[in-house]
Amino acid sequence: MADPLLSVVQVVREYGEHVRTRALAGVDLVLERGEFAALIGPSGSGKSTLLNIIGLLDRPTSGRVVLNGTDTSALDERALTALRARTLGFVFQFHHLLPAFTAVENVMLPAWADEGTPSREMRQRARELLDAVGLSDRADYRTGDLSGGQQQRVAIARALSRRPALVLADEPTGNLDTASSDEVFELMRHFNRTFGTTFLVVTHDSRIAGRCNRVIEIVDGLITSDLVPLVGPSGSGGC
Amino acid sequence: MPFQWFVALRYLRDEKGQTALILAAVSVGVSVVVFLSALINGLQASLIETTLGSQPHVTLRVPREEARPLVESETGRAVARLIQPASQRLRSIDQWPVVMTDAERAVGVTAASATVTGSGVATRADARAPIIIRGVVPDRFLEIIDLRPKMIQGEFDLAGGSVVIGAVLASDLGIGVGDKLRVASTEGIDDVVTVSGVFEIGNQAVDKTWVVTSLRHAQSLFALPGGATTIELKLAEVFSADRIGDELHMRTGLAADSWMTLNAELLQGLSAQSSSKNLIQFFVVVIVALGIASVLIVSVVQKSREIGILRAVGTPPIRVLAIFLIQGGVLGLAGSVIGSGLGVVFARAFETFTSGPDGLPRFPVQIDVSLLAGATVLATGVGLLAAALPARRAARLDPATAIRSG
Repeated sequence: MADPLLSVVQVVREYGEHVRTRALAGVDLVLERGEFAALIGPSGSGKSTLLNIIGLLDRPTSGRVVLNGTDTSALDERALTALRARTLGFVFQFHHLLPAFTAVENVMLPAWADEGTPSREMRQRARELLDAVGLSDRADYRTGDLSGGQQQRVAIARALSRRPALVLADEPTGNLDTASSDEVFELMRHFNRTFGTTFLVVTHDSRIAGRCNRVIEIVDGLITSDLVPLVGPSGSGGC
Repeated sequence: MPFQWFVALRYLRDEKGQTALILAAVSVGVSVVVFLSALINGLQASLIETTLGSQPHVTLRVPREEARPLVESETGRAVARLIQPASQRLRSIDQWPVVMTDAERAVGVTAASATVTGSGVATRADARAPIIIRGVVPDRFLEIIDLRPKMIQGEFDLAGGSVVIGAVLASDLGIGVGDKLRVASTEGIDDVVTVSGVFEIGNQAVDKTWVVTSLRHAQSLFALPGGATTIELKLAEVFSADRIGDELHMRTGLAADSWMTLNAELLQGLSAQSSSKNLIQFFVVVIVALGIASVLIVSVVQKSREIGILRAVGTPPIRVLAIFLIQGGVLGLAGSVIGSGLGVVFARAFETFTSGPDGLPRFPVQIDVSLLAGATVLATGVGLLAAALPARRAARLDPATAIRSG
C-alpha cells in the first residue's frame, strides 16, 4: 500500500509563555490520496490551528507532520515555503485574493511567486483553470470587481494552479449565499473527482459536511469522531 | 517581469494617492539638494576662479633668510645677545631650469613658469606709483595666468622692452598703449619702457600694481642675469595645491606657497559655506528617508494580510523583502529624476532672475552631470535604505497571523 498523503502524529500545539493554552492536545490524523474530508468542530476547538499546522504555516509544539512522504519537523523556513508552494493549495473563507491584480494574475501567483518569472505555460494553465471554474470571460478583471462567488471560484483556481496534492479549504463557503456555496462546493468536488486532488475542508455548515465522504470532528483540541468513508479513497472520494 | 518587480510596481500603481504624495516629497527634497548644490558650487567656483585668475596654484621661491647668531653659547658660559631678523633680498633660485623641469614633471602639475618678481616704482612725468615688476616668459606665463582675454587696450606683447600694465595703474599714471614709462627696481636700476597693452583682471591689488615685462628685462632690472626668483605652477586639481606644494618643498628645499595657504580666509569661508550646505542637505535627505520609510511602513501594515497570503501560497521571504525594497528604490529613483529636473529649473530661473543689468548672472550656478548623477544615486540609495526596515518587517510577518488578523 502506498504511503498516505498526510500523517499527523501526536501533534500538540500550545500558546503563551507564562499561561500556556493548549489548542491541540495530541492529534493523530491520516489522509489518503484522493480523499475529500470535512473537518468540523465548534469555535475554538482547534480546527484552524490544525489546518495551519497541516498547511505548514505554523509548527507544532510537539508531534510530527509527514506530508507527501516528507517529515516536515526537520525542515527550515525556506524548505517549508518551497514544500508549501509545490504540494499545497489554500482556499480561505474570505477568498483572500489580491485586489490589485486581475483574476488571471491571482491564479498565476503561486507558480510565479515560487519560480520568480512568469512563463507562457503558467498563463495558459491559469486561463484553463479560470475556464474550468467558469470565469474565462472574467480572466482580465480585477478581482475587486468580481462578486463573492466569483472571487471564491478564482481562489479555487488559484489553489489548484500548481496541481497540489492537497488543498486546504478554511470555511470556503462561509461567506457565500446558498446558491454560491453549492457552486463552489461542486467545483471542489469536480476537481477531486477529475484530478484526484485531496481536499480537507474546514466547515461549520453541516449541509456541506454531510456531503463529504469523511467527516472528522475536533473538540477541545482532540479528534472525537472520524466517520468511516462510505466509498474508499481510491474511489475518488465521492460525497 | 520578475515576480517581485511586478508586485512592487503594481502596489505603487495601485496606491496612486500615496505614491504621488511621497514622490512629490522626494522630488522636492532632491530639487532642494540639487538647487543648493548648483548655487553654492557655482558661487564657490566663481570665487575660486576670480582668485586664481591672478595667481598661480603653487609658487616655488627661495626660502626666507634666517638670522644666524655670530656667537654661540657654550657650557658654563652664558651669552647675552640680540638677534635681529635677517633682511631679505631678492635671490635667484639655484639651477632654476632644472628645478622647473623637475617640477613640471611632478604628478598633477600641468604648467610651470619661471619669473623674476620684485618691487619697484613707476614714474610718468610727475606721477609716481609703487609697482610689482613681473618678468615672465610669455608662452609659459600665459598658461598660468591668461591675461589675453583680460586685455582692455592693446595686446599682450613683451617684445623689445614693451610691458603690459594693470588698468588702475594706467589710469593713475594717465597713460595708455604706446606711451612711455620709467620703471625703477628696488635694486636702483631703471629703464624706460613702452606700454603695449592694458589689462583688467578685476582684482584691485593686481590692476593697480602689476607691470608685466619679459624675463630677460626683469633680470636686468634686478641685476639677476640668467636668474629666476620664483617658479609658478598650475595644477590639474586646484585643491591639491597644499599637498603638491608640500611634496615639492620636500624635494627641492624651496619654499612652496600654495594659493590655499595664501587665501586661507577665503577657503575657511568656502568651507563654512560647504558645511552649512552639507548640513541642510543632510537634513533634507533624512526627511526624505523618513517620508519613504513611513509611507512603506503604513503600506506594510495595510497590506499585511496580502503579504500573509503571498507567503502562504509559497512566496519566499526574500521575495517579500525585495517587493518593498524595490518600492523604496523606485520611489527614490523616480523622485530623484523629477527632483533633478526641478532643481535644474529652479537654479536656471534663479540665475536668470538675479542677473545684473548687463545680463550676466550675479549668482552663477554650476550644474554638471556628476551633481545630477550623485543626487540620483543618493536618493535611490536613501530609498532602498529607508525601505529596509519596512521590508524586513514584511518579510518576517507570520503568514498565519497576518491572514487571520491583517
